[in-house]
Amino acid sequence: MVENRPFVTVLSHLVLIFGVVIVAFPLWMTFVASTHDQTTMLRAPVPLLPGSHMIENYRQVLFEGFGRGYSGVPIWVTLMNSMIMAVGVALGKIAISIISAFAIVYFRFPLRRTFFWAIFVTLMLPVEVRIVPTYGVVATLGMLDTYPGLIVPLIASATATFLFRQFFLSVPDELAEAARVDGASPMRFFWDILLPMSRTTIAALFVIQFIYGWNQYLWPLLITTKEGFYTVVMTVSRQANAVDAVPSWNLLMAMAMLAMLPPVLVVVFMQRQFVRGLVETEK
Amino acid sequence: MEKRVTFHDRWLPYILVAPQIIITIVFFFWPSGQAVWQSLLIEDSFGGNSKFVWFENFHALFRDDAYFASARLTVAFSALVATIGLGFSLLLAVMADRIIRGATVYKTFLVWPYAVAPAVAGVLWGFLFNPSAGVVAWLLRGVGIDFNYVSNGDQALLLVVIAAVWNQVSYNFLFFLAGLQSIPKSLIEAAAIDGAGPGRRFWDIVFPLLSPTGFFLLVVNIIYAFFGTFGVVDALTKGGPGQSTSILVYKVYNDGFRGQDLGGSAAQSVILMVVVILLTVVQFRFIERRVHY
Repeated sequence: MVENRPFVTVLSHLVLIFGVVIVAFPLWMTFVASTHDQTTMLRAPVPLLPGSHMIENYRQVLFEGFGRGYSGVPIWVTLMNSMIMAVGVALGKIAISIISAFAIVYFRFPLRRTFFWAIFVTLMLPVEVRIVPTYGVVATLGMLDTYPGLIVPLIASATATFLFRQFFLSVPDELAEAARVDGASPMRFFWDILLPMSRTTIAALFVIQFIYGWNQYLWPLLITTKEGFYTVVMTVSRQANAVDAVPSWNLLMAMAMLAMLPPVLVVVFMQRQFVRGLVETEK
Repeated sequence: MEKRVTFHDRWLPYILVAPQIIITIVFFFWPSGQAVWQSLLIEDSFGGNSKFVWFENFHALFRDDAYFASARLTVAFSALVATIGLGFSLLLAVMADRIIRGATVYKTFLVWPYAVAPAVAGVLWGFLFNPSAGVVAWLLRGVGIDFNYVSNGDQALLLVVIAAVWNQVSYNFLFFLAGLQSIPKSLIEAAAIDGAGPGRRFWDIVFPLLSPTGFFLLVVNIIYAFFGTFGVVDALTKGGPGQSTSILVYKVYNDGFRGQDLGGSAAQSVILMVVVILLTVVQFRFIERRVHY
């Protein structure tokens, strides 16, 4: 800070506290709602402090689902599906991107530029705009209601490829030279030198892509029809649209908490990698 | 930039790029091509038979008032999301940049909404403003405002904007903060020595130097508002009441999957693709420029 102005500093803190309160308010209310019983949540005004039904609410959504009369799957099943999808998408993106970046940086071959541009244009086509035909393709391939159907169409990644390309370009040429002189094969160089050096980049990408995979909504909504394949995010949204009929706000909010928990924990505890990944993928 | 040292192998590089390229062709180029092709067809209502009609679907769209209403809505919506989101996060970032003690704590408390899925963000805000169970709706009723986003279109739009902004605040905040921290302290100190107060320093030095970040974030936020907010809309309002929150990306989905108007939906997809391509080009031209700064 340039000069000491106590008043401005206090004001800064006040604005920040105000901002944090606004940002955290929905989370707090969700948590509070998930710890009360159904009747309390239906009496206005809703409570602002946690109640005593936390454990039973969470136990019910985790192992029984939304409740009687509802074809709700237990949330642990959807959490598991989300986990499979998020980890699959993150690892898949990293795996196919790192090897294609390796090929593009360390080899000269016909069509190299064509491939590079083919990967580049995928940046321009988010799932949401080509949703109907992509669904058609996945249906044709018989991948509806399968884990590969949830994961594979999402793993092509221009950003991850660019990030690895950028990183490989910054790796000193001497390393590749030394590897060649020592008679190491390209794959040997990749496994023993390049991959270990890429650890931090991989970690940063993993955090970003895990969140991306976990938070997918439209895609699982379209291609899953069997409840056994539902992800947690789409389940929360589906139940939210039914909540006015059978108003179990407490259970819905417990589900929402569980849907948020894994990615929020990842961001909070891997903040360094998260910020790095966020900033680098935009370069 | 190119590598000086490369490896030689006839087939290996092709094997290495194959997974990425195959997935790109199967799940990007094939469907995109189909979208373009389908946008030129009209399927009869019994299915199966489709007729090539050139640009009839586009003509129909451009004659359709509902489509224009949705386009106008999308523009207004993204303008609101971008301005409110950028304003709020710039304010927080400037304050966080000023203080020395506790900055990391504030940062931790401000970054986590990024991790919340847009659909879940919609559910959270829907709960707060729910006419019967929501605490904010209850408070508003206390001061005489009848907030009911289920029946009032403007209020529904406002709520979607709030949820969308909330979801994007962390992202904007982090980029603004990084931008602020990269401004040389010597410039600010020099201005302070010349007698410029905090406000003056902000407008004359910090703000102009931050404009590349601001412009970048503007484009990112517009792209986000156009395409990233599908989950918020679907979880909160399903495009309603009426069509009052049916932004373009929601309409593509709704017309294609619910309305079964494949040709019309494909034509909308093609138009949206053009929009994304334009926005991406703007974004990249800008980034090219930023490299030279």
